[in-house]
Order: sequence, then structure tokens, then C-alpha cells
Amino acid sequence: MIRIEQLSKKYKYADTYSLSNLDLFIAEKEIFGLLGPNGAGKTTLISLLCSLIKPTSGLFTIDGLTYKTSKNRLKQLIGIVPQEYALYPSLTAFENLMYFGSMYGLKGKALKSKINQTMDILGLSKFANKKVSTFSGGMKRRINLIASILHEPKVLFLDEPTVGVDVQSKNVIIEYLRILNEKGTTIIYTSHHLNEAEDFCTKVAIIDHGKIITQGQPKELISNQSNANNLEDVFLALTGKGLRDHA
Amino acid sequence: MHKLLASTYKEFLLITRDVGGLAILFIMPVVLIITITIIQDSSFKSIADNKIPILLVNHDNGLVSETIINGFVESNAFQVIQKNKEEEAKDLVFKGDYQLAIIIPEKLSLDLDKKVNQNVEGILAKFGLEEDVEVEIKETILNKEVRLYFDPATQQTFKSSVKNGIDKMISKIETQSIYKAFQDQVSEGDDTEAIFETDSFISFKEIVPKKGDKEIIPNSVQHNIPAWTLFAIFFIIVPLSINIVKEKNQGTFVRLRTNPVSYATVLGGKTIVYLVVCLIQFVLMLLIGIFLFPKMGLPTLDVAGRLFNLFIVAFFAGLAAIGLGLLLGTIAKTQEQSAPFGATFVVILAALGGVWVPVFVMPKFMQTLSNISPMNWGLNAFYDVFLRNASFIEFVPEITLLLLFFIITVLISIIYNEKKNAV
Repeated sequence: MIRIEQLSKKYKYADTYSLSNLDLFIAEKEIFGLLGPNGAGKTTLISLLCSLIKPTSGLFTIDGLTYKTSKNRLKQLIGIVPQEYALYPSLTAFENLMYFGSMYGLKGKALKSKINQTMDILGLSKFANKKVSTFSGGMKRRINLIASILHEPKVLFLDEPTVGVDVQSKNVIIEYLRILNEKGTTIIYTSHHLNEAEDFCTKVAIIDHGKIITQGQPKELISNQSNANNLEDVFLALTGKGLRDHA
Repeated sequence: MHKLLASTYKEFLLITRDVGGLAILFIMPVVLIITITIIQDSSFKSIADNKIPILLVNHDNGLVSETIINGFVESNAFQVIQKNKEEEAKDLVFKGDYQLAIIIPEKLSLDLDKKVNQNVEGILAKFGLEEDVEVEIKETILNKEVRLYFDPATQQTFKSSVKNGIDKMISKIETQSIYKAFQDQVSEGDDTEAIFETDSFISFKEIVPKKGDKEIIPNSVQHNIPAWTLFAIFFIIVPLSINIVKEKNQGTFVRLRTNPVSYATVLGGKTIVYLVVCLIQFVLMLLIGIFLFPKMGLPTLDVAGRLFNLFIVAFFAGLAAIGLGLLLGTIAKTQEQSAPFGATFVVILAALGGVWVPVFVMPKFMQTLSNISPMNWGLNAFYDVFLRNASFIEFVPEITLLLLFFIITVLISIIYNEKKNAV
């Protein structure tokens, strides 16, 4: 599904590479977790795969397509749930979704019905006509998710989709992502919630300093690491306990 | 097309949800046009209760001082206050209590007569017409000086017009004195025998453009509405650039970049909505000129037979302004960059375009710069329609420039966006 070869990214004026010669393969219908400390390169990798930034070197394909040759087809194929709320606060939830759905070429009754259906599943139906600015963090996260999946993408990228939300909202989001995955959507997701990733992901990769230091099924990684009872133990053993503050 | 319509609708919703912003977009230009027109109209009109008080110290008390005083009084623009001492008048003016003090020197009228008589006698003697052949020792008459004191804060234009006015009055008196001296000498004091016609031989008549049989006489409203409407239209760059910067900062722009939609479509939606805003602003200005100004005692805006052409100019001026707003919004990173820059830049463009000061009085270098100001093209097109009664074909060059400006600014925005995102 996603094939990454020798992918590197060095930002302008940066001293080091954010991603360095990264090789990775993500199979179809996988729920793939990208884990790593702050500044490890997770968001950079997602930004590259969503064509928000261009690589310094290397290449990747999604479903056999590249942005160079099939930019719009590829954009139609993917969905991205950014870390920030990418919504218009002064518009209602429904208006936001109508607009972003239209940008994927969806229209009319089909779009409206898709919006209503998804809002219903994610418990937002009664807030459809309320302005997003009045929503709680958890509600905004759910709208943020819906805006990215209206066109039923084959690949869904989620950059920390459950950060700052309550347990109930987190649960609803994760459950809905499972439904999407069961329907055939490949999910690539970053998170600092390692317990959540351990339960949710079929496969994870731990990235640090722009390189993948390990990858595999969560259970497999736990069993391969001595004295590890969970993914967090594996994570700390591989990335260390030192703080990763950076500016 | 569907994406463009959706983008347009989204922009419409965004702009209508910001009631305060919307009110500012329409109310501020209205306030601006009313304020400026009232101020400018009163500058040109003689309003009885709005006379400028000036001081006059009259050491002459003759015909010249009488003519100067009468000249000021008859102009209806000044209230002449007489003072006895030059020092007192000077102090009051330099303190800023009065704009001007005029000091008329002693024996000005008497010495002017003497000087003119001396000169006339000299001329007649040369021609052999002077009967008195006795050689007179000529009295030395020193040149006279009318002294003017201006408040240091007084503007140069006011100073110049006052100086010109006094100069004109004195020249007229001098000429009349010369005629009178010749008359006295030649007719030997017989006033009934008019040898010279002292009325001005050369007069001025202003020929104004005509529309049919009707003369088009521009008034302050015909001048102000186009200039300040254009100024207001160009101010659209401030909210428009803020709109784009906001979108970039709130993350929606990131989402749009991952959507299969071009930046041109996104800008297209903004262009349509903000162009409608510009045209509504324009309609408001026209309505004020036509219906409100007459009720305020100001001249009525005459749009008869010009409405279609006016809308064409407003449309293209709006496009140029929007192009600039799109470019500024694309380049600026924060609202702190876009808002002050946009506001200041509009004022600069207005100055260059001739909104404050006519282009023909600018230095050569600024006149050249003015040629590349879209506000100058817009203002010229508006003046063509409003004041020069031009046909459509005559202002095509200006609206073509406005359109090209829009196309170029949008192209730069798109290219810049592409390059910028290729991090």
C-alpha cells in the first residue's frame, strides 16, 4: 500500500535531518502506529506522505501512485486528520463538513446524507447546526475526523487524533476508526498514548532522530524486549528516559 | 465549478458571520466619504458663519488700504479685525490666535500716487507732451512694503493664496493709478473726458464639457465620491489579507492543501465575495451622493447616463484591489504583518494615485511613480466618466491596466504559494 524508500527530509536552516534514509512498508488495511518522542520525525513523515512538504531525497508511493505523476488522484485517495483543529470556528459543524466534502467533489444529497450518517455515529447529530467555536475539544476532534473521511479515503493519516480529549470522546474516535479499518481503510496514526496504540494498532514503528529503530506488532515488540510488560516499557528502553525538549 | 461555488459560499458565510467586521466594511467608508466631502466642500464654499479672522494694522488709511480691506471683506472668506500696533498683531499671530496679520505701511496710497505721477510725467516729457518745461527736482520715493505675518502652523497653500490675492489687489490699484495719472495729465483734470477705459480688457471664461445642451459643472461631490470610493474599495485589502492569514493560522489551509482543490479555486471564491462587497460599497457611496448629500446641504451627485460605465470602473477597480489583497494575504505570515502594511500601503497608493494631491502638482519622479499606481488608473477612469463625460472606449486603457494588475497579482500569489509550500 505505502512503500517508502530512502526517504530523507532536512528543513531549511536545520542542522540535522528530521528524517534520514527511511525505509518502510505499510500493508493495505493495516492500522499502523508511528510512535516516537517529540521531534522524532513522526509529523514530518505524515506531512511528506500528505504532500504538505517535499522530501529532500528518496521516494514513496501510495497505492502505486506518486504525487509527481498523480497529484489529484492521490489527494482523492488519502485523508488527513491534522493535529490542530482544521475547521472554521464561525461556521457550524454541518457547514464545515459541507465545504470540506465539496472540496473532494462530493455534492448534493449524497454529501448531506454522508455527513448526517457520520455525525450520528460520532454522537454529534444534535450539534450539527451549532458553530464549531462553541464546541468542546472532544467535539472538535470528532468533527476534524469527519471532515477527513467524507470521501471515504483508502488511506487515512491521523496526527495525534485523541490528544486533549476526554475518555468518552477518545473511545468513540477509536471505535469509529476500527469500523473504517474493517471497511478497508488503511490507517496511519501517530500518538503519545502508548496504551492506546498498543490496543489499537496492528503494527507499530518507533521512530527516533529521524530513523526507525524498531517495528512490528505490538505484542511481538513487547515479547522481544527484556523486562517489558507493555509498549511503554519498550518505548522507554529504546528511546531512553531523557527529556526531548526542543525549540 | 462546484468547488468554486462551494468556496464562494463558504467565504460568504465567513464574512456574514463577522457582523462587526461587515459593519466596518460598509460603515467606515460611508463615514469617510461624508466627513471628507463636508470638509472639502466648506473649503471651497463661502459660508457666512465660517469666516477666517485676520488682523490688519492700517498705517495708510488711503485708497490702497481701503481696497485691500474691501477685497478681503467682499471675498466673504475673511473677517478683518483692525489693530493699531504691529507688535500686538505679530504676537497674536505667532501665538497661533490668528492665521494672518497684514501690516499696511504709512503713506502707501499717497506715495503710490506720487510715484505713478512721477513716472507718467517722465513718460509724457519724453514725448514732448508735458507743458511744464521747468526742470523739477524729483522727490525720492522709497519702495513700500506690505508686511504679512503668518501663524507658523499655517499651511503653504493658504499662504500662497493669500499672497496671490493681495498681490492681485495691489496690481489692480497700481494699474488704475497709472490710468488715472495719465487721464489727469492729458485731460488737464477734466474728469468728464474719459480717455481710457479702465475696465479689464482681458477676461476669463471657463468652458466646461457639455452633455447635450447641459454643461457639466463639477462640484466637490463629483470630485470626492470617485476619489474616496476608490480609497474605500482599496481598503478591502486589509480584511481580505487578514482572512487569508487567519485561514493559514487556524489550520484550515493545511487541510485545503491536502484536498484535491487548486489554490486558484480557493482564491476565486474569495475574489467573488469580496468583489460583491466592493460593489455594495460603491452602491452605498452613490446612494449617499444622490440622496443624503442634498439633505445635508451638499451638492447632489449627478450619475445620469453614467451609471453603467461607473459600475464597470468600480468592478475593475475592485478586482485590482482584491488582487492586491490576495497577494498580501498569501505573503504575510501574521495579521500583525498584513493589517498595518495593508492600511499604510493603501494610503501610499492613494497619495501616489492623486487622491490627496493632484498628480500634476507632484514632482516629476512622483508623477512617474503615479503612473504605476492602480489607484491612479482607477481615479482617472472615474474622472473620465464623472467629469470628462468620456465614452466606454475612452477609459478602456485604464480598466485594462486594472484587469492586468489583478491577473498579475493573482498569478504571483499562486506561484508564491507553490514555491512557499515546496519547503
